[in-house]
Amino acid sequence: MIVAERKPFAEIAQAVSGYRRVLVVGCGTCVAVCLAGGEKEAGILAAQLDLAGQLAGRDQRFATACVERQCDREFLAELDAAAREHDALLSLACGAGVQFLAERHPSLPVLAGLNTTFIGVNQDVGVWDERCRACRDCLLSLTGGVCPLTMCPKGMVNGPCGGAVDGRCETDPERDCAWTVIHARLSASDRLANLEALVPPRDHSRASLPGRQTHAAYLRRYSSHG
Amino acid sequence: MDARYEPKILALICTYCTYTAADMAGSLRLQYPPNVRVVKLLCTGKVDVLHLLAAFKAGADAVMVSGCEIGDCHFLEGNLRAKERVAHAKELIAEIGLEPERLEMFHIGASDAPQWAKAVEMMTRRARELGPSPLRKSEAAAMPAEGVAA
Repeated sequence: MIVAERKPFAEIAQAVSGYRRVLVVGCGTCVAVCLAGGEKEAGILAAQLDLAGQLAGRDQRFATACVERQCDREFLAELDAAAREHDALLSLACGAGVQFLAERHPSLPVLAGLNTTFIGVNQDVGVWDERCRACRDCLLSLTGGVCPLTMCPKGMVNGPCGGAVDGRCETDPERDCAWTVIHARLSASDRLANLEALVPPRDHSRASLPGRQTHAAYLRRYSSHG
Repeated sequence: MDARYEPKILALICTYCTYTAADMAGSLRLQYPPNVRVVKLLCTGKVDVLHLLAAFKAGADAVMVSGCEIGDCHFLEGNLRAKERVAHAKELIAEIGLEPERLEMFHIGASDAPQWAKAVEMMTRRARELGPSPLRKSEAAAMPAEGVAA
């Protein structure tokens, strides 16, 4: 899941300060689960901005809307009529959602209310941990389900750096050395031979452009998309 | 401070403990300030951050949430959830520049009528010291009838 956190209130208040009618747009998928940008969070932020506007003596109105996902056109279409009634849109989606909303309303200021932090997992109520860097070349089958790019601060893909002490990372004794965990995981599942595989240098040229993928079942219909 | 200022305090209280204590305070003829407007809830676990912000928008000078004592919630942990939400709402109102002291959580057992009277006295005193909420527009606009049950 994509994890995000709300921007500091002062930064958001500053961004919306020049607009009279602002629509706070929540996103009902990832950022709703991580309690940053769902319907509830949109309501709370709008209420806060409303009170702050009153305190500052500004004539501002904040309305809220929440769509299932801001990264899908079919859901963004639901907002078209409401968007036209406002001077600015404050999106509480991840960076992808904010951009897609802005693309749909090129003449409206679309502002970001969240900082997108990472792709992660839910560890406990209100706690998320990063697990994936979206590197486009997944090594998890080889590395026992532990991502060395994410879990090792040096991103070592062919074994440990040699700096670990008692299985802990030299950059932070509180964290496990990713490669110690990988070794333990591979050992437990009788796959230590995986460690002999060499991971070739990464082709970073693929990561230098925004990605696009087309599902094989739709290639013919969208052949022009490549 | 305006001598005519009478704080308006919203109290969101649970039916099982604090409301029972408040009811008993009445039966015992305990005296406490009439500034509090009580809304009885089944459990303070129902209290949402949005309700607390709405109370301040409606012009409340102070808001108190009062549930069962810790460990005594009729619904096991509703009062603990309310406690966390009140703490969060205090941060949210502080962010916009409103004094977080205008909002407080209490835990008052069903048999603690004197404690309810003391809590109301304490919040009324605090609201007087803080002065009227800057969000309170006028007597007519403050605390509209549909916002709270008097």
